Amino acid sequence: MPYPSDFKYTKEHEWIKAEGGIATLGITNYAQESLGDIVFVELPKPGAEVTKGKTFGSIESVKAVSDLYAPASGTVSEVNGELSTAPEKINKDAHSAWMIKIKLKDPGELSSLLSAADYEKFVAEEGSH
Amino acid sequence: MSHITRKATRHVNQNEGLIFEKSSPGKAAWKLPPLDVPEVNPTELLGPAERKTLGTMPEVSEIEIIRHFTRLSTWNYAIDLGMYPLGSCTMKYNPRVNEVVSRLDGLANAHPYQPEKISQGALRVIKMLSDCLIEITGMDSITLQPAAGAHGELTGLLLVRAYQQSHGNPRKKILIPDSAHGTNPATAATAGYAVENLKSNAQGMVDVAALEAQMDPDVAALMLTNPNTLGIFEQEIHKIADILHSKGGLLYMDGANMNALVGKVRPGDFGVDVMHLNLHKTFSTPHGGGGPGSGPVAVKQMLEPFLPTPVLITKPDGTLGFEYQRPQSVGRVRAFYGNFGMFVRALAYILANGPDGLRQTTEDAVLNANYLRKHLARAYDLPYSTPTMHEVVFSDKLQARQGVRTMDLAKRLIDYGFHPYTTAFPLIVPGALMIEPTESESKEELDLFVEAMKAIAEEVEEDPQLVLTAPHATRVSRLDETAAARRPVLRWKPEN
Amino acid sequence: MRYLPKSPSDREAMLQAIGARSIDDLFAPIPAEYRLNRDLKIPRQMAESEILEWFRDRSRENGDGYASFLGAGAYSHYRPVIIDALISRGEFLTAYTPYQAEISQGTLQSIFEFQTMVCELTGMEVANASMYDGSTATTEAVMMARRITGRNGVVIARSVHPEYREVLETYGHHQDLQAATVPFTHGGRLDPKELEKAVSSQTACVLIQSPNFFGTIEDVAAIAEIAHKHGAMLAVAIAEAVSLGVVEPPRQADIIALEMQSFGVPLGYGGPYCGVIATREQYVRQMPGRLVGQTTDRNGKRGFVLTLATREQHIRREKATSNICTNQALVALMANIFMTIYGKVGLRELAKQNLAKTAYAVQQFGKSANVLFAGAPRFNEFVLQTSEEPRAINGRILGHKIVGGLPLEKFYPELGNASLWCCTEMVTRSAIDTAAGVIGESERSIKAGQQEEFAQDEMPEMAP
Repeated sequence: MPYPSDFKYTKEHEWIKAEGGIATLGITNYAQESLGDIVFVELPKPGAEVTKGKTFGSIESVKAVSDLYAPASGTVSEVNGELSTAPEKINKDAHSAWMIKIKLKDPGELSSLLSAADYEKFVAEEGSH
Repeated sequence: MSHITRKATRHVNQNEGLIFEKSSPGKAAWKLPPLDVPEVNPTELLGPAERKTLGTMPEVSEIEIIRHFTRLSTWNYAIDLGMYPLGSCTMKYNPRVNEVVSRLDGLANAHPYQPEKISQGALRVIKMLSDCLIEITGMDSITLQPAAGAHGELTGLLLVRAYQQSHGNPRKKILIPDSAHGTNPATAATAGYAVENLKSNAQGMVDVAALEAQMDPDVAALMLTNPNTLGIFEQEIHKIADILHSKGGLLYMDGANMNALVGKVRPGDFGVDVMHLNLHKTFSTPHGGGGPGSGPVAVKQMLEPFLPTPVLITKPDGTLGFEYQRPQSVGRVRAFYGNFGMFVRALAYILANGPDGLRQTTEDAVLNANYLRKHLARAYDLPYSTPTMHEVVFSDKLQARQGVRTMDLAKRLIDYGFHPYTTAFPLIVPGALMIEPTESESKEELDLFVEAMKAIAEEVEEDPQLVLTAPHATRVSRLDETAAARRPVLRWKPEN
Repeated sequence: MRYLPKSPSDREAMLQAIGARSIDDLFAPIPAEYRLNRDLKIPRQMAESEILEWFRDRSRENGDGYASFLGAGAYSHYRPVIIDALISRGEFLTAYTPYQAEISQGTLQSIFEFQTMVCELTGMEVANASMYDGSTATTEAVMMARRITGRNGVVIARSVHPEYREVLETYGHHQDLQAATVPFTHGGRLDPKELEKAVSSQTACVLIQSPNFFGTIEDVAAIAEIAHKHGAMLAVAIAEAVSLGVVEPPRQADIIALEMQSFGVPLGYGGPYCGVIATREQYVRQMPGRLVGQTTDRNGKRGFVLTLATREQHIRREKATSNICTNQALVALMANIFMTIYGKVGLRELAKQNLAKTAYAVQQFGKSANVLFAGAPRFNEFVLQTSEEPRAINGRILGHKIVGGLPLEKFYPELGNASLWCCTEMVTRSAIDTAAGVIGESERSIKAGQQEEFAQDEMPEMAP
């Protein structure tokens, strides 16, 4: 599956797309494949602060739970309510099943993230281990 | 099935719905004797606190209850039916004399608050068991209060904290090997400590150099399982204990694997300061579908003042009693004195064995595990060549080439009449098969197990789909755990 | 040894197959300096008949056949015989935790039924598959409230079982738990004015017990209002499960911590018992302990599995909701069968008998001594205040092979010569009358002694 070129990516397998001062984020297809059937997502409430590199929630499959790491800092402006009743949307299409939208504190933080091409290379290396 | 199985065959078994589906007003399984005091009117006595309805609580007859639970029981695997090769669970025979003695009226009907004068029997049971366990572990003192292993771990870490605090600093970290059982880090967190992972070396033992590097004045203790979850005895235990003690740290031992040690070596002799035991593992008390257990904690003398309250003492007149004036105690970890019913059972087990029986038991446990290791080491990948004791860990590396993983192999093992081994643990072995037969398995049962495991390995090569879609012979096929977690249904409702 | 299924020739054959000369080879990994070369100093191996005799002696030393007025968190109720008949089946007794669902449907379905009945009885939406006991379930309930609210404080009623409060103190001590205790009124219930003062925006939950330690039923609705007004949760501990047959459950509670020992679990000198946590559906992911859920298999057939395991220690490890692993499954099965036997009608009748016995005892004892907390409704326990020290009275009652009420000076010294008495359906009228007689005698002789002193003081000076 191609990784959208207008997204930026992290080594923790999150994607982020900035439009003006607001960024949308979620987890990548590689992440949802490794997790298996997703059963629950724990997300922050609107107004909460997230910090780049720190956890902002968690995602659960039947047998495992993983932390979600913020690709950038900001304040949560919107949360995808669909995921609380239908977390399987992430398995179906991880790149459109967004999790939260944040008002970016410093849009410059995104420049150090991976491009789609770099992320694809990174994932290929991970998979070969 | 592609192979003939000698251990298990299909058999007609009964279906049974939920008890609520059998309920009907007017059916009853109870009868109370007539009151010998005047009747009362609850509405008068309780007023608005009176309960108006008991909703959908069932109404059924006695025969229906007997059939209900008897049918349900026939759907379960159990030790009484065959081997459970579950690693670190020590699924040994649950002797029936244990059940009889725990039901003796004077012990079974004793109220925990009844006067000590008429509790000397119970107190003597507690004392005798305590003395035996202290001798078995080589420690100095013990508490029987914790209700299970994890509860014992918490108690043990509270003791560590209290001890360190009494030396001026509770410290901040607990070191835990990456091969540890999940209760270890969970407990450390509950006890208010940060967890730091300790690497294992290529031989599957604690990396002593790493321990030396990580040991600092912030480390309160190391939580060690010995033998570890790979079944490997920490041969450098002396060094490990010294490194800890030299910087004021304590050595905590998770006693889950005591079945490899009883009567052959004592943790107190090799440097352990505090440890818990699992009476429902090593000491034969029954698992009962998930409990009750009992997790006594044994300590060296310097930790004795901190033990949970109350402690058993012998009074000047020779009678036994409980001492509550314990100013340095960590407090209580539960109401009353512990799972006394399990004390009775564990003590009966110890008395039935004696010193020679216990030693022979440990030897047979280690013999059985090594026998399995020898016979399965070609069919399954053995990640560590280090000698193992009462359990052994293989991996699914060879079978993974066909896309078959440890969980699939385990499910196929069910068709062969066995309960699966422990899958996917310890975490340091990807695709682990963790096998502990215990001493309760005969050579015949072990040979049947080897035969089954070898047959499955062949099936993986010849017909992997058969294994991937197992089990085939059970009442229910693989259950949808995803749906159960996504939209949990945790109770019956009339409209279901 | 008769539990070991090996003959010497089996062992020989196995050692040969392994390539070991003797069993000592297999213990070589243990450093020689630590290997035991002596027998453990424990009693010699006993025959089964000797084991029975040893424990029968202990049973006799333990005073068998006494009537008892003890309660205080452990209750003497009749245990129907089919409970032991069923739980003694090897497939229940010797089964493991139901992680492999396909071969554990018996255990899993019975837990599902257990969870359902606990919900019905407590008025809550979800219940777990058991905790160690009421005291640890109560502690875990408070910790759960802390996680959910993100607050650190707990306000505890002093009328909660003293040992439950001790356990909470032990767990909370190093976890930065800010605990405040609120007294009870002269009516034996939590003081609502004091409660109002103690609850703040830092309070995670208010913790009460109902019926409380004294047997008195708390005004749950009023307490809930105060707690919720401040954004705090209400946790209610229930130690006497039989009360749920006739007493309205605390439906305004957010979390209920239940001790199920009354439901067919032997007193057994304090354990094993069976705790449960029941709560609202919205909090299910913060619940500790195992949960069984309904699902289907590949053929659409109904089945049951352990679910929401990601809350638990074996997955979350240090982030788990609790460190609990082994619980009390077999004991929960006893409670399950008990609830099934008595059911909708029997549980109420059983509870009514408890009310009747207690009312009669209150009436009889009240003729000579002082029954406290008369203003509020109670279930099957009450506090008695006597002129004489309770231990002395109990010493004489013991002579009739009756164990009297629990002296309270250790837990509530301010109540003076007080003791806690419990009358379940097992207490006979004759035992109540005998105890009432001893108490009456005690009161009379104390008062007579006082009158004598009084009379001596009053004696006019004799004229010389």
